Amino acid sequence: MPQANADIVRLDGAEKHFGAANSFIIRLDGAEKHFGAVRALSGVDFHVGAGECVGLVGHNGAGKSTLMHMVAGTLVPDSGKIVVRGASEDNFSVPRAQQLGIRCVFQELSLCPNLSVAENTRINHPSLTGFGWRRKAADLIAAKLDEIFPDHGISAFDIAGDLSIGRRQMVEVARAFTLTQDPLELVILDEPTSSLDAHTAGQLLAFVRRFVAGGGSCILISHVLGEVLQNADRIVVMRDGKVVAADAAKSFDRDRLVTAMGGAEGHQKAATETAKTEAGPLRVRARPARQQDGKELVAHVGEIIGLAGLAGHGQTDLLLAIFTAAGRAKAGIEVTAPVALVAGDRQSDGIFPQWSISENIGIRSLARLRSGFLISPQREAELADFWQKKIGIRTPDVSNNIFSLSGGNQQKVLFARALGSDARIVLMDDPMRGVDIGTKLEVYDLVREEARKGRTFLWYTTETEELDNCDHVYVFKNGRIVANLRRDELTEEKIIQSSFGDAA
Amino acid sequence: MTAAAIENQLKGASTRNAAARARRLRSLLPALSLALVLLAIAWLNPRAISYFGFSLMLNLAIPIALATIAQMFVIAGNELDLSIGTFVGFVGCVTATWLKDAPLLGIVVLAGSIGVYALLGALIHLRNLPSIVVTLGMSFVWQGLAILILPKPGGKAPDWLLSLMAFKPPFIPFPIIAALLIAAVVHFGLMRTSYGVILRGSGGNAAALKRAGWSLLKTKILLFALTGLFGVLSGMALIGITTSADANIGNGYTLLAIAGVILGGGEFVGGRVSPIGAVLGALTLALAASPLLTFMHIPPDWQVAANGAILIIVLAARVLISRRER
Amino acid sequence: MASLQTLIAKPWIWSFLGALLVWLATVAFTGGYGGGGMITAALSLAVFTVIVGVGQMFVITLGPGNVDLSLPANIGLASAVAMKVMDGNDAMIVVGLLAALACGMAVGAANYLLIWALRIPPIIATLSASFIIQSIDISYGRGLQIKPPPGFADFTNWQILGIPVLAILTVLFTVGAAIALQRMIYGRSVLAIGQNIRAAWLAGVNVGRIRFLTYTLSGMLGGLDGALLAGYFRGANVDIGNEYLLASIAVVVIGGTSVAGGKANVPGVWGAALFLVLLLTMLNTFGVSAGVRLLLTGLIIVGVITVAGGQKALR
Repeated sequence: MPQANADIVRLDGAEKHFGAANSFIIRLDGAEKHFGAVRALSGVDFHVGAGECVGLVGHNGAGKSTLMHMVAGTLVPDSGKIVVRGASEDNFSVPRAQQLGIRCVFQELSLCPNLSVAENTRINHPSLTGFGWRRKAADLIAAKLDEIFPDHGISAFDIAGDLSIGRRQMVEVARAFTLTQDPLELVILDEPTSSLDAHTAGQLLAFVRRFVAGGGSCILISHVLGEVLQNADRIVVMRDGKVVAADAAKSFDRDRLVTAMGGAEGHQKAATETAKTEAGPLRVRARPARQQDGKELVAHVGEIIGLAGLAGHGQTDLLLAIFTAAGRAKAGIEVTAPVALVAGDRQSDGIFPQWSISENIGIRSLARLRSGFLISPQREAELADFWQKKIGIRTPDVSNNIFSLSGGNQQKVLFARALGSDARIVLMDDPMRGVDIGTKLEVYDLVREEARKGRTFLWYTTETEELDNCDHVYVFKNGRIVANLRRDELTEEKIIQSSFGDAA
Repeated sequence: MTAAAIENQLKGASTRNAAARARRLRSLLPALSLALVLLAIAWLNPRAISYFGFSLMLNLAIPIALATIAQMFVIAGNELDLSIGTFVGFVGCVTATWLKDAPLLGIVVLAGSIGVYALLGALIHLRNLPSIVVTLGMSFVWQGLAILILPKPGGKAPDWLLSLMAFKPPFIPFPIIAALLIAAVVHFGLMRTSYGVILRGSGGNAAALKRAGWSLLKTKILLFALTGLFGVLSGMALIGITTSADANIGNGYTLLAIAGVILGGGEFVGGRVSPIGAVLGALTLALAASPLLTFMHIPPDWQVAANGAILIIVLAARVLISRRER
Repeated sequence: MASLQTLIAKPWIWSFLGALLVWLATVAFTGGYGGGGMITAALSLAVFTVIVGVGQMFVITLGPGNVDLSLPANIGLASAVAMKVMDGNDAMIVVGLLAALACGMAVGAANYLLIWALRIPPIIATLSASFIIQSIDISYGRGLQIKPPPGFADFTNWQILGIPVLAILTVLFTVGAAIALQRMIYGRSVLAIGQNIRAAWLAGVNVGRIRFLTYTLSGMLGGLDGALLAGYFRGANVDIGNEYLLASIAVVVIGGTSVAGGKANVPGVWGAALFLVLLLTMLNTFGVSAGVRLLLTGLIIVGVITVAGGQKALR
């Protein structure tokens, strides 16, 4: 079916730099996307050929997801062009993408937990109706599960919410490959193996190879570089919203991929300060819940401790566990001073949208802002003014609403909230996501200054350069500490090697 | 298959089985509570377990079950209807007056009121309104209309309705047959048809449904319209039993209906509802509400409390089950 | 001019404008007769809605899903407790009031206990609690024909220059509530939780304790209201609190408090309570029937929420 289509569609003359354009399933020319002040994609050219598996790699925030949302029709580019099978698509949307045979398995699970596997299949196939639809849907998904994961052990009548996360991912992948009315041309697999064990991941990748060999197309996004190297025909590397390398998979090896992803041009390290003398008194000692060996995180007075590794590998969980332990005793964690947390996901974890800048800063310090029983507006304003100057929050008036600020300045407010409090330990949950470089440099200086004054920082970051500010870095993988690097042995390669270690 | 993979398989199977077992246990709770209430009645007063006894005890079970089903539809879409009680009262008043005296007008008004429910669904979806406040306001509206139609208790049910509700089938009392029928029809419609899946999916993961190209406006309108439809049926059934109406006749049904859905294993969010469970929950409440407590010589004063206590006990049992299985 | 603009920007101004309009319409209808008396009566009656409305406001401000449905039962029980403890004896007024307050606090604490222990939505927790409270009340208050102590009844009806003393005290209380909301750790914490419960937790707010306090406060105000109602209407009654379930939520919503949580409005509760009472007075003056009165009240609530709409809430 896909091949037949490919033959019918003829050139429309829009191909500038590619020859056999009619074999492209989809092509994006100069795609751009901004989220507020943040540029997520800057002029990306990207294409997928028929019968091709394209590997897409890059760090968190490199723009992979944004690009894939455009291919799937969930995001519309600010500028640039989308061409499907040679025809320019001006109103590209999800239904249109579905009509054209483009499917997507998103990272966030999109099953309805209250429905059975067969019923979840029905949702993606409007044509599954009428008498006996349940049987048809069940057969459809069961056949596909059997084909991809022969020993899956999932019944089509299991309720999705009862399945383990791995099985849910299997169902979701299999569902994307089921076929009724709409054609099936291109499937985007965004981290399809993240919740699968090695065995099922192998089954899935073998199926992808068969699918591609049969003329289908695939985009494979994965942090497991070995998977991409072995299974993709072509690999596209993204960084900072741009495509920085695109070549046949054979021409890449691990090292070249890592270099392309991480930016081997090397940035100069922050001026190395004189090595710390004796470690001060203990501030935090914490063991991740899933740690089986004896490794634990230790932080002393005045230290800046980095938490590195790929996003979502247990760093935030450990920070939250330490935050909780500061309130009441918790096994395996020792905290000896008040704690404050700087959220990275500003909207969901940090900002109070109805409030002014000064109210947002003061919330962590209410007890100290009182005179008598009441919160003193003067003291609250003083605190806010002090930190506005100190940290450079760009606003004419701290009594303006928090949303009058740009994202970077909102983030500064969260820093001011933590640094203006009585906390001696500051937890930072990847707080520099989507913040401009100027703001970052200001905050780095401030963090180092506060550390010299005796504050302790635990700093989770997905941006490797930031780790240069740390005295010590713990690398996380699968909820465990896998490496403990001193500043002088810290290199980008080392971090990437430990966090991408294919050995599970 | 490697040993590790096998081990993983087993682990996966056991966690899934545990989750499925907990869910199955939870879904048995409504039937268990009903059985418990029946056992208690049989033990306290064996004579009540008879054709006549059931007909008497379950007298009001049909309208309660219908109102519970009505409430269940909005809950399936993660909303709540605080006006169902006064709506049942309104329908009762229409039934006892216009539907008898001017059947055409009565039918138009009742159909129109279902249309109002559909409009409310659209309004709530489009303006992104909290259903609890909107339906709270509507509860005044329905009550006001009911009083306007029937300022003083009275009116009379149409004869066909009276004879329908007084139907005495052989062997099995009518309320039981009716409850079975309601449960079966709604179970088929919501749990077995292909569009029922979409309706429940809109409560389970609306974003995923939208991404797959379904209209959430349509699902919301339909769920509210179904609530209106079953509210109408409940009001008519009620008047068929009581023979005359009163503007306040349905006021207690709002809370009974919510309690019935929850007792029947439904949850407020996530599209997890069960029509069979809801009917069982309604029957349990109908039995527990008065016959059981009378037999237990619990003074009428404490009957409402017993309803609250049953609700709390069932909810506590549910928490215990989910906690142990995790 | 600038001050007028800031005044118009206040969400509570509309409820007062509504109240004023309704009053003017009524006075115009009666030809200026009884305008003052109408205000006195409106103030006396609005007091009872305002007291529970403030409690409900704090609960609703906690964010989506939070609402206290046990208020009517709570009011009914507290009215009976107060009358029984006072036993018509002027010397026992203070003890009776304290007993009603304690009774309300116990109800509120029990509500939160159910929410916390059974992890159920506040709607169903306060609902099931209200079933039980109602029964306790029916049983406890059966045949209760105790009149309030004359001193207490006089106090609840006491007026100075046509202004009910109870209304003056309630104004003071609401001023206190407004200060607590904006200037005390408790109020700030409630607002923070309502805007974003996770962010509030991460900013160091003791979420559990604040929620507990809020439900207890709402219960306590329900208890106080019960005692005062029994004094004003000269006797306790199981149904005395029935209308305050809908009324307490309605005044919060009409008064400009966000049903999505995190934004509360104390003056608006007064404005909305006066608006509702005056609306009823107006409709009575116009001679419309009870049915029309209910119908219009409902339509106004739906209309106000539709206009204010735009945020998801309460569930």
